[in-house]
Amino acid sequence: MTLRVDWRASVSLVGTVVKWLSVPLVFPLLVGLYYGEGISTFVTTMVVAVVVGWSLERVEPDPEMGAREGFLMVALTWFAVSIVGGLPYVIAGNDISLLSAYPYLAVQSGPSTLAHPVNALFESMSGFTTTGATVMGDISFETHSRALLMWRQLTQWLGGMGIVVLAVAILPELSVGGAQLMDAEAPGPGIQKLTPRIAETARALWKAYLGITALEILLLFGLHVLGNVLGTPLAPQMTFYNAVAHGFTTMATGGFSPEARSVEAFSAVVQWVIVPFMIAAGTNFALFWHVLNGNPRRLFEDVEFRFYIGILAVLSAILSVLLYTHQGLVFVPNGPAVAGNIESSIRHATFQLVSIVTTTGYASMDFNTWNSSAQYLMLGAMLIGGCAGSTGGAIKIVRWLVILKSFRRELFTNVHPEAVRPVRLGGRALDERAVRGIYAFTLLYVVIFLVATLLLFLDIERTGPNINTLEAMSAIASTLGNVGPGFQLVGPMNNYLPFSNSAKLLMVVLMWVGRLEIFPVFVLLTSAYWRS
Amino acid sequence: MRIVIVGAGEVGSSIAASLSDTHEVVVVDRDGERVESLTYSLDVLPIQGDGTSLDTLRDAGIERADMVIASTDDDETNLVVCGTAKTVDDPFTIARVKKVDYLQTWENADPGAFGVDFLVCTNLLTATDIVRVIGLPAARDVDPFAGGKVQMAEFEVRGDSPLAEQTIRQADRFDSLTFAAVIRDRDVDIPRGETVIQADDKVVVIGSPESVQQFAKEVAPDETPSTEKDVVVIGGSEIGFHTARLLENRNLKPRLVEQNSTRARSLAEALPGTVVMASDATDTDFLMREHVDEADVVVAALENDEKNLLVSLLVRQLGAERAIAIVENTEYVSLFETVGIDVVINPREVTAEEITRFTREERAENIALIENDRAEVLEIEIDANSVLVDRPISEGVANLPDGVVIGAITRNGEFIVPRGDTVVKQGDHIVVFAHRNVVSEVSGAL
Repeated sequence: MTLRVDWRASVSLVGTVVKWLSVPLVFPLLVGLYYGEGISTFVTTMVVAVVVGWSLERVEPDPEMGAREGFLMVALTWFAVSIVGGLPYVIAGNDISLLSAYPYLAVQSGPSTLAHPVNALFESMSGFTTTGATVMGDISFETHSRALLMWRQLTQWLGGMGIVVLAVAILPELSVGGAQLMDAEAPGPGIQKLTPRIAETARALWKAYLGITALEILLLFGLHVLGNVLGTPLAPQMTFYNAVAHGFTTMATGGFSPEARSVEAFSAVVQWVIVPFMIAAGTNFALFWHVLNGNPRRLFEDVEFRFYIGILAVLSAILSVLLYTHQGLVFVPNGPAVAGNIESSIRHATFQLVSIVTTTGYASMDFNTWNSSAQYLMLGAMLIGGCAGSTGGAIKIVRWLVILKSFRRELFTNVHPEAVRPVRLGGRALDERAVRGIYAFTLLYVVIFLVATLLLFLDIERTGPNINTLEAMSAIASTLGNVGPGFQLVGPMNNYLPFSNSAKLLMVVLMWVGRLEIFPVFVLLTSAYWRS
Repeated sequence: MRIVIVGAGEVGSSIAASLSDTHEVVVVDRDGERVESLTYSLDVLPIQGDGTSLDTLRDAGIERADMVIASTDDDETNLVVCGTAKTVDDPFTIARVKKVDYLQTWENADPGAFGVDFLVCTNLLTATDIVRVIGLPAARDVDPFAGGKVQMAEFEVRGDSPLAEQTIRQADRFDSLTFAAVIRDRDVDIPRGETVIQADDKVVVIGSPESVQQFAKEVAPDETPSTEKDVVVIGGSEIGFHTARLLENRNLKPRLVEQNSTRARSLAEALPGTVVMASDATDTDFLMREHVDEADVVVAALENDEKNLLVSLLVRQLGAERAIAIVENTEYVSLFETVGIDVVINPREVTAEEITRFTREERAENIALIENDRAEVLEIEIDANSVLVDRPISEGVANLPDGVVIGAITRNGEFIVPRGDTVVKQGDHIVVFAHRNVVSEVSGAL
């Protein structure tokens, strides 16, 4: 059997990306220096990244990309980056360090659950894919250094707009096959070129992403400072560290937080500020580019965006009513006053719903205190997803929109068999192949969801923990859709530690498949891909 | 520059591919599938729409465009695109037309007729190309530089050629000729003295027309050129007609075969120096009767590629010396060359090359593309900042990247043979051969 895929070229480019991963590692290193923590964790990881990346690059000194190589490269890049990005957790957790003899270089983290390679890989994959599911047993600065927790936040920010998109923006050698690479990585069907040069387009997306992230950090920290100036605690917990950390994971629709209680740790004002940023993160970033280029109308003309806002509004309203009337709440003796409190029920309903639909995964309160009516609504919301070209996960708004429209067409053609009705999206008729692709994707997504749930149950039979259907489904929907928290056992204030290593690895694969939207990974499993 | 190309057919795509390295290119086409495939194959911004409509041109950013190239397959559309572009702004407009009438109108009118700043006529270009190739037997491609003082030619070395199995050093017997490249299996290599020329290689030489002519004899001694050449043009298409007309201008007496008697009649009226015959060119009896088998060159210029292939193979089999075929479909070019047609000329390639040549913002005054743009031959005037100026070539070349050959120099219209100790002066025109990946670097340094 002769291979028709130039895997060497793909591996070489994966090496390039891994090598450059050493650059963002400088950031947590600086954080560590600032707080006087040991930095050997990140120095070691940087050395490994450069050595591994450089070795992979040697496989093919002059890589030439085709469409097939693009799939392989993108799929492998995400795995390789997750493995290398997980090293700091292992090093810090085990206190392995080359320099432990020198106290100022030594690692300052206690032993942690992430010392186990499987857990570290889970946490890293969960970070890069912007899932936000965690296996960190104890999220606190006592156990983990500030630098390590900041790295955890940064992985999500890097994965949000896409590592490969970032690579295309920066590395000239990727400009030729750049469109294919971005297509394989970017959320939603197809890509929109904004400028004649694909690298320019990638840069424009990253600039918009960077700009909005910076704006959020400023606002959050601004609230904190303003509170200090006025003498009323507006955002007491929102230190500069926290502002940066949450800016990173809001815009990436990630959901990691250095706070064990997630966004519940912050004031109501902060929660309100984060909501619009989560909504922005779930929006197609190409629209922001148009807005910044003097076409603000494009944002509201965009059908997908309008539908997205509509879904958020309707579902938030339903959830608000459920919470306000106490229908969706289980009685908790010392819980926050939500039922009967208008502001609080609207806030929690909106925050939680936006957080789940955009696949961010923050929690403004422990929704394990909600009952099944509210939780099943949220489980459904986990399958919706953000817009195409956003940093959100799951199935994506545009696909649902196309499916709804083609259902309507089916009904219409049942009555008028001879009618010719293209599916229109914002006045543009869609190609039938595109519609078919969307059907296939959505069906495949649901099938994977069901099969993975079955596998999880089989695994639980073997090893425990004992969980019910809602918990299992929520864990799968959450990892596949890159959401983060699930319900009950894997609720927002809990973690994924109870699962066995095999179940965790299943979820690692699900996060990976979910972030790359199935096809770039699954196509590698077909023999047609490897042969001519 | 920001360049808007309207029409993403073979010509448009090929131009876009050549220009996308150095310019921001926007491509407009009506066909959604073409736009889709361009999205992934080239680093350009493809836009679906009709280039004659103002809305589409605005989408393509016509206000910021420095240049508009109309390269659809329809003459009138191209002219309208340029006219439309001129209503918005004043980009430099280039249009491609097939009909020679449009070119003549445009040339005779005031500058800027139809809103076109530069008009490329496919049929005339192709005819000119054919005539150039006829002038040099055995050559597959010939391009004049420096006002005709320098020629670049590409030859195929056949197994029976005396050059086969010789090293470059042995073959280099002409004082004003430089070996620029050896092409083997589509790889373009710069030859060294000890490089051995093998059968079926193609060599690219640059030199004075006389030396290229002599070299042509050397490559293929049995194909001696003479002005008494017997040329038969098959097919009275516009390209066939202009080929015959240009040959007449060179005092040759071509013969032209056209199947349609009405068309044959009007061709005969327009071509006093040509013997026009009305017949089906695939009729072997007719070909034998008219001794087409003894022709030095047969040009197949029928309306369809398959017929051209058939006719060319037929006359070659009957014994004609060389067959030149016009092939519209770019995909067929290498295939037709493989099955034994001596020279395949593709009007689309010729047009794309001409437009690309014109749009290179480099100081290159003239350009020829080798092997589908794998390398280029450029003519550049030396200015004061050149790395070569006022020093011997051997020193100056050290500052140039690999993959460059200095082929010829002309000073005040005189041909100078470039040697290691030749001192280049300001105002000299040099003709260089450069690999595709170093072209922009080279033209910047010279």
